[in-house]
Amino acid sequence: MATLNAYLLVGAVLFVCGVICMATKRNGIGVLMGVELVLNGANVNFVAFSKFTSLGLDGQVFSLFIIVLAAAEAAVALAIALNFYNNHLTIDVDRGNKLKG
Amino acid sequence: MSALFLFFAIASCLGAVLVVISQSVVRMAFWLVVSLGSVAALFFLADADFVGAAQLLIYVGGTLVLLVFGVMLTASGPYMKIETSPGETAIAGVVGSLFLFMVISSTPSGSAQLTLDEDGHTVVKRTGDWEAIHDAVKPATSTPDDGSFDDKSDGNTLRPIGWALLGLRPDRVDITRETEAGKKKEAADPASGPTAAPGYLLPFEIASVHLLVVLIGAAYLARAKRRSDEAS
Amino acid sequence: MSILAAEVIPGFLTDYLGIQDSSVLSILTAVAHAALLFGVFSLCPFFFIWLERKGSGRIQDRLGPTRVGGKFGWLQSLADGIKLIQKEDLCPPAADALLFRMAPYIVCVASFAAFIVLPFSSSWVAISADCGLFIMLAILSLEVFGIIMAGYSSGSKWSLFGGMREAAQMVSYEIPLAICALIPIVAAGSLNLGEIGDMQYGTSFGILPNWFLFHDPFTFVAFFVYFVVATASCKRAPFDLAEAESELVGGFHTEYSGMRWSFFFMGEYASMFAVCGVASILFLGGWHTGLPGLDTALMEMRRSGAGGLTVESYMANVFGMGVFLSKAAFLVFVQIWVRWTLPRLRIDQVMVTCLKYLVPISCALFLGAVVWPLLFIMSGNGTGITDPVGVRASEIFMESNADGDEGSSGDFSDASTSDSDSTMTVGLATGEVRK
Repeated sequence: MATLNAYLLVGAVLFVCGVICMATKRNGIGVLMGVELVLNGANVNFVAFSKFTSLGLDGQVFSLFIIVLAAAEAAVALAIALNFYNNHLTIDVDRGNKLKG
Repeated sequence: MSALFLFFAIASCLGAVLVVISQSVVRMAFWLVVSLGSVAALFFLADADFVGAAQLLIYVGGTLVLLVFGVMLTASGPYMKIETSPGETAIAGVVGSLFLFMVISSTPSGSAQLTLDEDGHTVVKRTGDWEAIHDAVKPATSTPDDGSFDDKSDGNTLRPIGWALLGLRPDRVDITRETEAGKKKEAADPASGPTAAPGYLLPFEIASVHLLVVLIGAAYLARAKRRSDEAS
Repeated sequence: MSILAAEVIPGFLTDYLGIQDSSVLSILTAVAHAALLFGVFSLCPFFFIWLERKGSGRIQDRLGPTRVGGKFGWLQSLADGIKLIQKEDLCPPAADALLFRMAPYIVCVASFAAFIVLPFSSSWVAISADCGLFIMLAILSLEVFGIIMAGYSSGSKWSLFGGMREAAQMVSYEIPLAICALIPIVAAGSLNLGEIGDMQYGTSFGILPNWFLFHDPFTFVAFFVYFVVATASCKRAPFDLAEAESELVGGFHTEYSGMRWSFFFMGEYASMFAVCGVASILFLGGWHTGLPGLDTALMEMRRSGAGGLTVESYMANVFGMGVFLSKAAFLVFVQIWVRWTLPRLRIDQVMVTCLKYLVPISCALFLGAVVWPLLFIMSGNGTGITDPVGVRASEIFMESNADGDEGSSGDFSDASTSDSDSTMTVGLATGEVRK
């Protein structure tokens, strides 16, 4: 049951859900959660390849780097979201259309 | 093992789908916790203890708490909901299922031919079924998985990962040696051993500098300012 | 006969019950471990709530509970539990019902799951993971999420403030907690809690117990910093801003009643025990008494059980568990004592304490703990207790290449048995006996 393709399927579902989440959510923090899901889909694939193929430890090290960079990304994006809220008094990303002219 | 895998795989997929469906942002955060926690459990099942623990500590305990904190700081009313219109949801559902179908159908199936070139490196002739490659590469080194859990050998990847981050790759050395037919377990030659595969010292250092930059940058971006309506 | 030994339970099942099928064996082992840990997990709050009521009574010049279950009121927790079960399970109409109902379970499950990697005696641990301490800290950090959920979903201002304070407090206090836990790790060279406990066997310089508390000045200070931070991370007074009764009514649990309310407190007392257990393994020698004669005798008894289950090794481990539990319970008692002695801080004082004092202090201690063994190596005095086990990593790397075994490449006991002048070696040798 726990085969490589099963892990890849989980990764694919997480990835696609993340992409949809990024595309449809109008809440800025919801968009961030979509990014986290996409990165986790990639992580699942890396760890699965690390277990089932000759990739060895590289997959696990890569997924560690992804986790670290995702945390950094979340911190910066949250700071931007707070700034956005301070300027627009809402977190709705559709309201960020000041450059439209 | 497979029952546990099935449980956590379904939990993570279901959590991810519910993140997309939920409209309240804190419910989204809750389902994201379910999804990412189950992914951490999948990591534990895939013998990646350290990655699973890092996922729990950094993602679930750190990043998501930060996100919920952000939700609380930016909420303009109780249970703030910013709805997605039904039309957008329908389009997203159709596009999403097509996308999922495309990703799944691109998963390789078939068989693979594996050969060794004269340097002892494995060469994949045809990119086919990943598991066939796995069987061809690691017949000698991997122990048969009988479904039982052995905490002495399974998932103890902490030290190899630590060495890899410091620039040493013991696992790579062993794989190269084992694939050299008939020449395994020769006397150790420390001069040639650790140089066989490069580690991750430089990316590790870059990541640490990156984190420092992010720390300062996030603190600078999120500093307290007067709101625009008060200024005008 | 209750057996709480990771290697003993599968052996017991195979030898005495004749179970050979590996998947059935692993399921039965897992169920046995979970049942034993659940026993510990549910008895912790039972005992500590009684201790808290009794201790707070004595500190405030009262008697505390006196009637239920005899003279000392030691069944008071049971009576409290029965009372809480009978209460109505309320969910306020303003609450987000799903999250409101799920939040106590998250808190409870997170603090229960932390016990999986906590060893109770030498090799008595459910899962002896190489990164045990890391897993433990990771799982304990999940508990926060349940509290924030409870605060946000209650639909009450008091709860929301409690949840926000908890989020801010926990995100800050996790940093010094992890750094302080790393300081003895620098000396130990392992994250496996069982190995760390086994290393602290015997005495150093003939008098001091060979505990990491007395390993160097930095670990000595780190213990107290860790204890303060651990108290804050269990949101105990004087850091219990999330539930400050005088200003927030009850904070995050204002709207809860009955069993769901008590789940928060089961989780709180269990995680108090968990962080104190980690403190006693990291700093206070775990299951070693620190008395040279007694420790040697116990080690002999354990060694006799190297092949399998013997009465001597079993009794030695039971005694070790008693020692470990009393150390952890003493630390919990100190937390209770502090709670009823010191006034509560303000929220800004809590944040200032962490970010302006505890984080720099723990970073400085960590730096000192890393530099300390290097000074001894440079002065040509690199043996004995100041010798960090971790520096041998490169030697072992070479040796494991020579053996060609990639699986057990992290095995320190093989490499360090050769130098017998190190005090650590005695402790490490016990790691070999366990196999």
